[in-house]
Amino acid sequence: MLSIQNLHVEVGGKPILKGLTLELKAGEVHAIMGPNGAGKSTLSYVLAGRDGYEVKAGSITFLGQDLLAMDVSERAAAGLFLGFQYPVAIPGVSNLHFVRAALNAQRKARGEAELSAAELMKLAREKGKLVELPADLMKRAVNDGFSGGEKKRNEIFQMAMLEPKLAVLDETDSGLDIDALRVVASGVNALRSPERAMLVITHYQRLLDHIVPDRVHVLVDGRIVESGDKSLALRLEDEGYEKIRATAAVSGAAS
Amino acid sequence: MTTSEIEDVLAKRYEAGFVTDIEQEYAPKGLSEDIVRFISEKKSEPAWMLEWRLKNYRHWLRMKEPRWAAVSYPAIDYQDLHYWAAPKIGSAPKSLDEVDPKLLETYEKLGIPLHEREILAGVQRPEGDPDRPRVAVDAVFDSVSVHTSFKEELGRAGVIFCSFSEAVHEHPELIQKYLGSVVPFSDNFFATLNGAVFSDGSFVYIPKGVRCPMELSTYFRINAAKTGQFERTLIVADEGSYVSYLEGCTAPQRDENQLHAAVVELVALPGAEIKYSTVQNWYPGDEDGRGGIYNFVTKRGVCKERAKISWTQVETGSAVTWKYPSCILEGDDSIGEFYSVALTNHAQQADTGTKMIHLGKRTRSTIVSKGISAGRGQQTYRGGVKIAKGAVGARNHTQCDSLLIGNRCGAHTVPYVEVHEPSAQLEHEATTSRIGEDQLFYCRQRGLSEEDAVGLIVNGFAKQVLQELPMEFAVEAQKLLGVSLEGAVG
Repeated sequence: MLSIQNLHVEVGGKPILKGLTLELKAGEVHAIMGPNGAGKSTLSYVLAGRDGYEVKAGSITFLGQDLLAMDVSERAAAGLFLGFQYPVAIPGVSNLHFVRAALNAQRKARGEAELSAAELMKLAREKGKLVELPADLMKRAVNDGFSGGEKKRNEIFQMAMLEPKLAVLDETDSGLDIDALRVVASGVNALRSPERAMLVITHYQRLLDHIVPDRVHVLVDGRIVESGDKSLALRLEDEGYEKIRATAAVSGAAS
Repeated sequence: MTTSEIEDVLAKRYEAGFVTDIEQEYAPKGLSEDIVRFISEKKSEPAWMLEWRLKNYRHWLRMKEPRWAAVSYPAIDYQDLHYWAAPKIGSAPKSLDEVDPKLLETYEKLGIPLHEREILAGVQRPEGDPDRPRVAVDAVFDSVSVHTSFKEELGRAGVIFCSFSEAVHEHPELIQKYLGSVVPFSDNFFATLNGAVFSDGSFVYIPKGVRCPMELSTYFRINAAKTGQFERTLIVADEGSYVSYLEGCTAPQRDENQLHAAVVELVALPGAEIKYSTVQNWYPGDEDGRGGIYNFVTKRGVCKERAKISWTQVETGSAVTWKYPSCILEGDDSIGEFYSVALTNHAQQADTGTKMIHLGKRTRSTIVSKGISAGRGQQTYRGGVKIAKGAVGARNHTQCDSLLIGNRCGAHTVPYVEVHEPSAQLEHEATTSRIGEDQLFYCRQRGLSEEDAVGLIVNGFAKQVLQELPMEFAVEAQKLLGVSLEGAVG
């Protein structure tokens, strides 16, 4: 579904990703872990197509298409969803109106019929249950005055509404207490399906207790330095990133 | 998305910028007593009307153009303008058939809301269709009112809705009583100029206890070149009555700036309510402001006991806007409201706000001002709240929010507060924010196009004001905000 080959990315002239390679198949959930500044968020923004992230080399193929040739909303319509680490508030725009505008924009881009208000309401009620989204949160302005937990639930709610092919979840666990984490994780788990892939970016192992990944990749200094099954996450939790960073530095120097 | 890309989306063309090719009749250029007499004669006005015009003119000669507003524009040569231009359609049309089809075409091209165009075209809504709002329309083309619809039906309710000229002839007692009663002849340079040369406008009278059965609407259109448009609107709501009035404005695209100096007077007698909504889309000029309308407007209302006046405005047009719809809260327990969205893009400048003058006891006022600046647009909110001695328990709440798009525009807030009554309560809130690259990216990641994302964010920002507009107008206003901002993002 997603194939990243030898990706080099600069931000403001500074190299951040330095030859990242990753393969993700439909139905799989991969976790990307790494210390601060390793390039985790950069990876998520490059995938979504944010300005200011300059691809210097490498390629990204998404569902057989050249992802880098598509603009931000085209990528969304093709089925790429980014769950933001810091979801943005849009004052005055109701959450429900926003998600309807987004869903219909995507459907239109794909040549599908737009949903009526009634169809949307029904869908929203159904999907809202996945993350126990309170009814008033649908009517309130997008992320405006939401608590940290409400924002993250809202991200997963939007993901449920938009039904993407690939979900990139950037630090979905940050700012969540343990109960909110459980709710968000169960929402994500409910959305796992053989047709959908997920890339879960996280700093901590604890999220992976709830969302169990098929593969874990360790991102250090712009490169994936180690990959393994979920036990790798546990090992990291014990050993910290320092040891891996040291190994990576040595291998980086050697190459 | 970068700032420069944002600005690309904002660089959208003005959609009402066409000229209608209709035979025009002009007064010679320039302003003099003779021109004032000429206009009065053209309209076969009674002597008292001419006298009032001359009183204004003579006073105006001694006045200086105000320069305190935070707008800059080249000096206006008042002798280089036509003060009268009218489409040649003979005497006042009795029915729609007598109206030049090209005029109707103009209103069509303007994208006047469909139902209103229907009305202008004489299409009646089926009877017994109470859900569909009906609007009576008065259309003012350059200097004359060309068509007023629904007159008979309004007449049955006792409502008078006609052109100002007609009212001078048919309801002289009302005009003589209320003309200049809210905006006196000596009020300010532009209002006094208007008093001398005003060409036409609308007159509304709602009798005691009558709730006007439909929205009343006027469309103002400047068409002729090098012509000033000076319309005058007078609305009198008698005791316990209610009226909602809508005003829309457009002009063609020209190379030279045109002057527009209107006066609106509202009189809300005890217990009456007037809701006055404006969607102003005068031609804003090209990217450097060339050809845009200079819009110097005086709008003021007086509220007697328990009366309420609510101004709602969406200002997206004009090169220069100078406008402060105000309320004199004279009667006890009267209420004044001002809801405004002003948008300045490219080289547009707006100095706008309101004045709430509290004289009566327990008078209340609310001000919600939303300014959106993009391109090199400059915008000033200038608001005055005055609580006079004796206005016991008066209250004001003011909220001023500014939204900036790009980094070459400006937003300024200049509140004046004058309180002579210790029991008064005033609150003032102000915020300034920027449409962030992060907001746009968030919307686009969810699948929205750049234009739709900007439109969504701006409409969200303006929502508190837009929801005050009558439903059918709100939809137009929303679209207008989107269109005016296209080119702001790219």
